[in-house]
Amino acid sequence: MKIQGIAAASGISIAKIVKFEPATILEQTEIGTTEQELAKLTQAIEDSKIDLKQLEAQTAVRLGASEAEIFGAHLLVLQDPEYIGGIEALIQEGIGATQAIEAVQNQFVTLFLALDDEYMKERAADINDVSQRLMRKVTGTNESVSDYKEPTILVAHDLTPSDTAKLNAEFTHGFITEKGGKTSHSAIFARSLQIPAIVGATGIMSEVQSGDIAIMNGETGEIFINPTAEQLEHYKALRQVQLEKRQGLQALLHEKTVTKDGHHVELAANIGSLDDAKKALEQGADGVGLFRTEFLYLERDTAPTEQEQFEIYRDVLTVMGERPVVVRTLDIGGDKAIPYLNMPKEDNPFLGLRAIRLCFANEDLFRTQLRALLRASSYGNLKIMFPMISSIDEFRQAKQWLDEEKEVLFEQDVEVSDFEIGIMVEIPSAAILSPVFAMEVDFFSIGTNDLIQYTLAADRMNETISHLYEPFHPAIVALVKLVIDSAHAQGKWVGMCGEMAGDSAAIPLLVALGLDEFSMSAPSVLAARKQINILSKDALQEKLQQTLQQSTAEGIRAIWH
Amino acid sequence: MSQKTFTIKSKEGLHARPASALVKVAAGFSSEIFLHYGEKNVNLKSILGVMSLGVPAGGEITITATGSDEEVALQQLDAILTEQGLI
Repeated sequence: MKIQGIAAASGISIAKIVKFEPATILEQTEIGTTEQELAKLTQAIEDSKIDLKQLEAQTAVRLGASEAEIFGAHLLVLQDPEYIGGIEALIQEGIGATQAIEAVQNQFVTLFLALDDEYMKERAADINDVSQRLMRKVTGTNESVSDYKEPTILVAHDLTPSDTAKLNAEFTHGFITEKGGKTSHSAIFARSLQIPAIVGATGIMSEVQSGDIAIMNGETGEIFINPTAEQLEHYKALRQVQLEKRQGLQALLHEKTVTKDGHHVELAANIGSLDDAKKALEQGADGVGLFRTEFLYLERDTAPTEQEQFEIYRDVLTVMGERPVVVRTLDIGGDKAIPYLNMPKEDNPFLGLRAIRLCFANEDLFRTQLRALLRASSYGNLKIMFPMISSIDEFRQAKQWLDEEKEVLFEQDVEVSDFEIGIMVEIPSAAILSPVFAMEVDFFSIGTNDLIQYTLAADRMNETISHLYEPFHPAIVALVKLVIDSAHAQGKWVGMCGEMAGDSAAIPLLVALGLDEFSMSAPSVLAARKQINILSKDALQEKLQQTLQQSTAEGIRAIWH
Repeated sequence: MSQKTFTIKSKEGLHARPASALVKVAAGFSSEIFLHYGEKNVNLKSILGVMSLGVPAGGEITITATGSDEEVALQQLDAILTEQGLI
């Protein structure tokens, strides 16, 4: 049987189907007094807010801040006077809390579905998601969890953001939904997980059973249920071609990254956990260029202890062996809710008390992390990096605390090995003063995401000005060049851990500039190695000279196109 | 009551992200604030209300504010509309 849907994320998958049906919300059998029902609603709202804040933090770590934003929007719905007020008004009329929620949900969903805008129609799913969460809280219904331990194509009527955030990414090999368009959450999540997705597959829920075998082609939107032997053969072959394309890169797994003229660079991975470190090795990374330690601090009621942190750092260093591991100390600010830190609400968290500034303000918290890192130093090739450094005093202070903690450990006869200390260059002042910093640090890592945002005063998450966020802006290229030249003048090395480092359009320019280490998401490593191994740094110098004379980003892009 | 009329210039109309910013600002004032578009009007402190209007590029909206902080509210809303590139 063949079903035609709308292609939403590319790739071919052949796997068993699991039908995903959200748990039916329990009927509310007993309706209390108006006061009791209102109290249930208030409690459900508070509980939902806690859930959503957790989901937001979790998703930010797993998939990034822009994917997590949806849960921020859900939080806003829970504060919506029309939505909450509408539910309360119905309860006042003597209706039970769940019925009231459902009635207001339907009212808004109807309103949104009537809009002549695909994007807005999709937002009806958000109202359903929030309302279902509230109803589950009122009735005490458990959330449905997808529990499967083999490759699976997930078939659902629709997937809410909360559903997708909880999916088992390892075994989910594709999504098919009846509803939804290309901007639906399942499609967006599929693209970030690099698995195929098909939406708008009308009728599929009634046509298939869990356990059926399906072929899905994310390029064409075709789905074959319990396919014939010929179909299986055809699609297995097609999938093989795709795999081989990826495997062409596998030959480079244990190769070095060296340009044709013998210039050696290091390709490292950005990681957030021990699992990520293992994957980085499988994908050919020469090391870890950025270990984000934030995740250790999220989703919990107290700060991680020294011992807990030590064990994670030790394990990551051990897995990586001799390969360098650049650990960034806690980089967090007012845009994330960490209950135990009592962070004040800020109007402008990206220019506020975050990263190293927050660490200085929470001395115990910071010293605990430093001690854990020092204790782990003898297990591998550790490099410690401080984020958000804007002046040399900050670096000196952080280093002094590190030295003090080292003394304490020496006195306790704890072994501490030599390690490098560097800074993240992400604030323009640090880039401008890189000749000064280069005399005191062991290395730089350029954090382009923030460096671009701060230099060009452009929030790339803000759709209305995201076009101003431009890695090829002559000012950015000039700053990157300055940082690299300043470091090399003092015999220090420079890495880059922003998205620019893994951008195939930017890589030749960065090679020409002499960048020593490129840190990127692990799946990009082999493709970058392939690209760099056929470049010649010398031959690129002419293009570099032209680049430095350009006055616009367009001009620079044209050279490296 | 204070009021002011604006024309939405952003290509995408009054979309989710700028709408959230607008609602967050409005929610900070004690005045009653409404957004009028065509024949419809909604509470500007309600994200669902504002999004359900589906104001497109070129849409003309009027914001009215009634209360002790109505003038400051209108000024700030004007500022956020500008900041979000909406007008």
